[in-house]
Amino acid sequence: MVTIEDLKAKATQIRKDVIEMVYRAKTGHTGSSLSNTDILTTLYYSILNVDPENPDLENRDRFILSKGHAVESYYAILGDKGFFPKEELKTFSEFGSRLIGHPNNKVPGVEMNTGALGHGLSISVGMALAAKKNQGSYRVFTLMGDGEQAEGSIWEAAMSAAHYKLDNLVAIIDRNKLQISGTTDFVMELEPLEDKWKAFGWEVIAVDGHDIEKMQQIFAAAPITKGKPTLVMAYTTKGKGVCYMENVPHWHHGVPTVEEYEQALEELCDKGGGQP
Amino acid sequence: MNKIPNRQIICDTLVEFGKDDQDIMVLTSDSRGSASMGNFAKELPEQLIEVGIAEQNLVGIAAGLAASGKKTFVASPACFLSMRSIEQIKVDVAYSQTNVKLIGISGGLSYGALGMSHHSLQDIAVMRAIPGIDIILPADRFETKLVIKALLTNKGAAYVRIGRNAVADIYESDSYDFQIGKAITLSEGNDLTIIATGEMVKVAVDTAAELKTIGIACRVLNMHTIKPLDEGAIIKAAKETGKIITIEEHSIFGGLGSAVAEVVVQNHPVPVRILGIPDEPAIPGKSQEVLAYYGLCTDNVKKIALQLLK
Repeated sequence: MVTIEDLKAKATQIRKDVIEMVYRAKTGHTGSSLSNTDILTTLYYSILNVDPENPDLENRDRFILSKGHAVESYYAILGDKGFFPKEELKTFSEFGSRLIGHPNNKVPGVEMNTGALGHGLSISVGMALAAKKNQGSYRVFTLMGDGEQAEGSIWEAAMSAAHYKLDNLVAIIDRNKLQISGTTDFVMELEPLEDKWKAFGWEVIAVDGHDIEKMQQIFAAAPITKGKPTLVMAYTTKGKGVCYMENVPHWHHGVPTVEEYEQALEELCDKGGGQP
Repeated sequence: MNKIPNRQIICDTLVEFGKDDQDIMVLTSDSRGSASMGNFAKELPEQLIEVGIAEQNLVGIAAGLAASGKKTFVASPACFLSMRSIEQIKVDVAYSQTNVKLIGISGGLSYGALGMSHHSLQDIAVMRAIPGIDIILPADRFETKLVIKALLTNKGAAYVRIGRNAVADIYESDSYDFQIGKAITLSEGNDLTIIATGEMVKVAVDTAAELKTIGIACRVLNMHTIKPLDEGAIIKAAKETGKIITIEEHSIFGGLGSAVAEVVVQNHPVPVRILGIPDEPAIPGKSQEVLAYYGLCTDNVKKIALQLLK
């Protein structure tokens, strides 16, 4: 049985992998990947029924990374779990690598190609509907960004998930309140965001998106209400885990210099992420 | 004259096969009536997903269902399906290679009097530029059935465009050799070739018949599949007949004519005339009136043929 301490250590290790990948590739969505690391770690190491040896098992849980740009932590986790050789992470964003800057289903473990925002929830609705039609017992999880909430298609999908009573669907919002041009309320006011989801017929639960224990409880318990899809509003810090990146919009797409890279690794190692 | 529209045939075929295969699913965007899917909804209610007037969600849900093993048929007006959902078509369907068949109903100028918002005259051009999706325009009801049967057995993405009204039969039955990507020669001849797609095939056949009465042997190719394109049939026609006319219910940019011209100029250049809708908001009116206005009728195609033969 994996403990909360194990999960925390794993998350720190994944953050280190993210920094290594971005530094090596000289490109990436560093802040976004650090923001969602704890959410993805909770899901992949303690919740999702997925098997790296049999990635296409019919009754597997589905995960869709709707905010496809935050892909580094996703790849790091899939590699760590053995969906593909972890060594391959070194090819991230290289010419010809399958580990490109947005998820694609040539990579074992990735269900669908994402990257264009506002698509993941509709796809997840389709997968959850298929589960209902087939009497499948699996659940569908999708992770969206908060900037992504401005996409109209999300609200089309939100309406349909409630209409079809998809209680096997869990949507998570990585609510770090930052997007590429600044704060989300500066770019496009989203609040009251929880109320909007409630009004669309979803069961809404707020959580600290870095509190692995609480997230684990919520994800394990979903659906909270029979017949209703679940929306987990995960309040997060963009760039979490590397102090100089936290809450700084530049790190949405920033690449560390050699000094910044070393500082980031040192900080993560201090937190239990092993040797630099 | 045939009274059964192609959309009715699609519904009937999907009901026929859907009864034995619960993975066959139809998705509509408040379009079950206009798509003639009422009987599917009645016979197989568990296999119909209604998403409301939300075309992006329509295609995204279809992709999610398809990624979970369903054989999805999306039926929505071509004008909206090919434009409002185009990013979902590009990413969730073509790029992700999901088994989604997009049925663009009331295509071309079917909604002639409703104006440019309801015309779909750019859909082929847009779809052609996206890798990973077949584009098919059946010529009549028999071919429509064969298209749907073929799509039921392949796993790729496809866009099928049909018109709203019943169209005259080209074939006598559905017992002929139909293959996606293989043009059908409807009339032999070596004086010139008319290549047509969808409901314009009828104009090509009628024109060839008229030309025959004055001693001109016109080849007619039914190019039901625009992608993958039967390049061999086009090159052969260029070499053997030396002159080509294309007819399509679509903008003159980016559709059948463009596709044919791309093949001809790079392989065996010969004169090509591209007949379609010019680069303007099409004049409103009943579809037959509008088609005639733009010369997509037998009289005009015959005139163009005679000019080309001078």
